[in-house]
Amino acid sequence: MMRPYLRMLTPVLIMLMAVMLSGCGEQFIVLDPKGPIGESQKDLIYFSTILCAVIIVPVLILTAVIVWRYRDKKGSTASYKPNWEHSTKLEITWWSIPIVAILILAIVTVKYTYALEPSKPIESAKAPITIQVTSLDWKWLFKYPDEDIATVNYIKIPEDVPVKFQLTSDTAMNSFWVPQLGGQIYSMSGMAMTLYLQADEQGSYYGSGANFTGKDFAKMTFKVDATSEEEYKAWIAEVKATSPALTMEGFEQLTEPSTSDVQLFSSFPEGLFNKIVTQYVNGDGGAHHNHGGGTTEPAAAADEEATPADTTESHDHTASITNSNAHNHAGH
Amino acid sequence: MLDKIKEFASEFFVTGDPLILGAQVSIGLSIVAIIFALTFFKKWRWLWTEWLTSVDHKKIGIMYIIASILMLFRGGVDALLMRVQLAAPELEFLVPEHYNQIFTTHGVIMILFMAMPLMFGLFNIVVPLQIGARDVAFPFLNSLSFWMFFFGAMLFNVSFIIGGSPDAGWLAYPPLSELSGSPGLGQDFYIWGIQISGIGSLATGINFVVTILKMRAPGMKLMQMPMFVWSVLSSCITIMFAFPILTVTLFLLFIDRYLGAHFFTLDGGGNPMMYINLIWMWGHPEVYIVILPAFGIFSEVVSAFSKKKLFGYKSMVFALMSISFFSFFTWAHHFFTMGSGANVNAFFALTTMLIAIPTGVKVFNWLFTMYRGRIKFTTPMMWTIAFIPCFVVGGMTGVLLSVAPADFQFHNSYFLIAHFHQVLIGGVVFGYFAGLYYWWPKMFGFRLHEGLGKWAFWFWNIGFYVCFMPQYALGLMGMTRRFNAYDFDMGWQPLNVVSTVGAFLMGIAFIFQVWQIAHSIKFYKKEKDGDAWDGRTLEWSIPSPAPLYNFARLPQVTSQDEWWEEKQRIANGQPAKPLVPLEPIHMPKNSGIPFIMSLCWFTAGFGFVWDWLWMAIPGLIGVAICMLVRSFSYDTDYYIPVDEIERTEAALRGTK
Repeated sequence: MMRPYLRMLTPVLIMLMAVMLSGCGEQFIVLDPKGPIGESQKDLIYFSTILCAVIIVPVLILTAVIVWRYRDKKGSTASYKPNWEHSTKLEITWWSIPIVAILILAIVTVKYTYALEPSKPIESAKAPITIQVTSLDWKWLFKYPDEDIATVNYIKIPEDVPVKFQLTSDTAMNSFWVPQLGGQIYSMSGMAMTLYLQADEQGSYYGSGANFTGKDFAKMTFKVDATSEEEYKAWIAEVKATSPALTMEGFEQLTEPSTSDVQLFSSFPEGLFNKIVTQYVNGDGGAHHNHGGGTTEPAAAADEEATPADTTESHDHTASITNSNAHNHAGH
Repeated sequence: MLDKIKEFASEFFVTGDPLILGAQVSIGLSIVAIIFALTFFKKWRWLWTEWLTSVDHKKIGIMYIIASILMLFRGGVDALLMRVQLAAPELEFLVPEHYNQIFTTHGVIMILFMAMPLMFGLFNIVVPLQIGARDVAFPFLNSLSFWMFFFGAMLFNVSFIIGGSPDAGWLAYPPLSELSGSPGLGQDFYIWGIQISGIGSLATGINFVVTILKMRAPGMKLMQMPMFVWSVLSSCITIMFAFPILTVTLFLLFIDRYLGAHFFTLDGGGNPMMYINLIWMWGHPEVYIVILPAFGIFSEVVSAFSKKKLFGYKSMVFALMSISFFSFFTWAHHFFTMGSGANVNAFFALTTMLIAIPTGVKVFNWLFTMYRGRIKFTTPMMWTIAFIPCFVVGGMTGVLLSVAPADFQFHNSYFLIAHFHQVLIGGVVFGYFAGLYYWWPKMFGFRLHEGLGKWAFWFWNIGFYVCFMPQYALGLMGMTRRFNAYDFDMGWQPLNVVSTVGAFLMGIAFIFQVWQIAHSIKFYKKEKDGDAWDGRTLEWSIPSPAPLYNFARLPQVTSQDEWWEEKQRIANGQPAKPLVPLEPIHMPKNSGIPFIMSLCWFTAGFGFVWDWLWMAIPGLIGVAICMLVRSFSYDTDYYIPVDEIERTEAALRGTK
C-alpha cells in the first residue's frame, strides 16, 4: 500500500544508471571526448560522480530502510524512543562524513582547476595554431591570423595540434562550446579570453553558442572538423584560392543581426580582432561605429566620444590580448 | 481620432499572437465575472474591510498563498508551452521571440512571484502562532509588504498582454537587457515589477527578524524555538543582506535605460560583467532564502509524524545559520566560465562545496528523527519523505557542478537545468507543499481530502522524474538551455518527448490539487479541535482557524515542543498550568493605506515603463501622501475587551 520510498527510488536509480551506463554512447558527446582537455574533464566528472555516489547511495538505502522499518503499523516490533534526540557520537560521525568527502573532492578540484585553466597552453611538440573567435548576432566569425583566412560558423583544425582560441564578442556575451574537445568559455565584448583545445582524432565535432544572446542564438551552432595536417593545409590553400576576401564592409554586414550559413574568406582586414576588442576604449580604433543597434541607444555617440585620455584602460586591454592570461574583469 | 485610438491600442496591447489573444480575452472575461460576482453578492465592502485593508497576519498569509497559487498556474503554463515547443526538432509552435519571453517570465514568476509569496504566506500564518505572538512586529508594514508584492507581480504580469513581455532571461544580463538589446517595454516592466515587489520582500525580511527576536512568548529562549522559526530567521537575515543588492542593481540598470547612463553598457566605460556579479550576489543567496524555510518545514513535519523529537537540534540550528552565511560567498560559481582565473574559480568551488556539508548533516538528522520513531504516511509526511531522495540526488549534481573545471562542460546545458529544477522542485516546492498540507487545517479550520492529495503527490513525483531525469542526459548530449529549436541530427528528440510527458504529468498533478481543494471545500467538515495532527508546537494549542488575537492568554514556555510537553504532563496526571485572568488585548487597526500606497507605486511604475511622466509623478506624489498620512495618524490601535475575548473563546471551544 504505502511504499512511497521504494517506488520513488526506482526511477531515480534507473535513470541514474541509464545515464551512467549509456555514457559511452555516441550521443553523449560530453562523455565521449576526442581531445586531452575534454578527456581530463570527463575523468573529473566520473571521479566526482563516483565519490558522491559512494556517499549518497548508502544514504538512499538508509532512507528506504528507516522509512520501512519505523512505519507506524499495529504490532510493530521496531523500537520507539520518542525523546531520543541527541547522540554526540552519531552527530560527529555525520559531520565528518561530508567533511571528508568534500575535503577529497576539494583537493582534486583545486588541482584540476589549475591544471585545466583554459588559458594554459597544452604541452605538445607541435606549435599551436591560433584561431580568433568573435561571437556576433547570431553567428560566429573565426579568423586564422597566421593563415590570413576567415570563416563563419565553421572551423577546421589539424589533429594532434594544440589550438589557441582567442575569444571575444562584438555584442552580448556568448559562450564558445565544443563539448568533444573541452569545456566552454564566455566570449565577452571588450576583452579577449584564451582557451586551448586540441583534437586527438579526426572527426567532425558539434559546437554551439551556449549562452543566450537573443532571438536567433539557437542558430549559432557550428561544426569543427579535425583532419590530418595535409588535409588542413590543402583546405587553407583552397580557401585562399577560391573564396572572396572579407572586407571591412563585409564585416559590418556580418555584425547586422541575422543568421548565417557557413562562409569562407580568403583574407580579412588586418588587426580586425584587436579592433573588435578595443572598440569601446578607443574612439578611432572602433571596429565599426553605430554599435549597439543604432538610434535607440541614447549614447550611441559615446563611441566616437570615448576619451583618448583613458590610457589606463586601453593599456589593460592591450595587455590582456598580448598576455592571453586570465583577466580581471572587475578591473576596469 | 478613431485612428489615433487604434494606433495607440495596437502599441499598448500585445497583438498578433493567437495564444496571447486567447489569454487577453479570458483575462478580460474573468475580470468582468469577478466584478459582476462581487456586485451581485454585495461583497465589495466585505472584500475591502475583511481582506484588502486587513493587517491580520493570518489573512495576509492566505492572500499571499492565493496569489502564489495563481502564479504557479501562470508559470506552469509557461513551462508546458516550452515543453511543447521542444518536443520535436525545428518545431514552430512558438516563434523565437515568444519562446524567449516565455522562459524569461517562467523563471521570474516561479522564483519571485510563486516561491517567494508562498514562503511569505507560510511565514505569516505560522511564525506568530509558533512563537506565541498575537501578530508580527509591524502589522502595517506587513500589509504594505504584501500589497507591494502583489502590485509588483501584477505589473510584471500585465506585460504579456500590454506592452510586451521581457525576453532577456530571468536575470536579464546586459547588454541584452540594455536599450541596445531590448528596446521594447518588456525589460522596463521587468525592472519595475521586480523592484516594487522587492521592496516588499525586504520589508518582510526585516519584519520577521524583529518579530522572532522581540515577540516570542514569555519564557521561550532562542534555543527553544521551533525549527521552522529558526529557518525563517536564517532566511530573513539573508533577505536583509541580499535584497538591497538586487534593488541597487536593478536601479542602475534602470538609470542606464532611462537616463542613458553607462553602468552596464558595452560602450562608455560600462561593464556588463559587473551586472552579472552583482545580480548573482543577490541571486545565489536568493535560492537559499527560498530553500531554508523548506528545511524548517521538513524539520517540523518529520518530527510531528514520526512522533519523536527532532534529532540534533543544535546541529540543525548551526547548519541553517552557516548555510545562510556561506550563501554570500558562492556567487561566482554561476559563471566559472567567465575565465576569472584559477585562483577565483578555486575559491568559489571550495565555498560552494562547503555548503554541502551542513546540508548533508541536516539530511542525516532528518533520517535519525525518523529512526526509532513511528512514521505516519500523511500527505505532508509523504512530501517530506519524497524530498529526501530527490534533494540528495539534486544536491549531488550540485556538487558535481561546483567542480569548476568540470563545470566548463556542464555550464548552460540541460544538466544545469535539471539540477536546479531538482533542488527547487524537490526541495522548495515539495517543502512548501508539505507546509501547505500540514498547516492547512490551522489556516482554514478544515482538512484537505487525503486521497486526492495522494493522487496529486504521485503525479507530481512521477512527473518530476520523468521530466527532469532525461534533462541530465540531454545536458551530457550537449543540449544547451534556452534553445528554442534543435536539429534532428542531434538525437535529442526522444528524451525531449519523455521530458514533455513528465511536464504534463505535473500539470495533471496541479489539477488534482485544485480538485482536492474544491472537493474539500464542498464537503467542508469543520475541525473539532485545533490540534489536527497531534502536533508539538504552540500553533496546535489554539483553535483552528485561530481567533483574531491568536492566544487569549500568552503561553508560558518552558521547553522545546511546548505543546507536546504540556500534553504529556496532562497525560501523566500532572496539574495543568493555572489559568491567569484574561486581560484586554492590544491589537492593530486595519488600514487602507498599504493598498492605496502600493496602487500608487503601481501607477508610478506603469508610468515609468511607458515614459509617461504625467502618470509616474502623480503616482510618486500619491506614495508620499500615503506616507505622510500614516505618519500623522495616531489612531492605529485598539483593545479587545475581556468580555469579548470570553465570548469568542467560549464560542470557539464550546464545541469541544
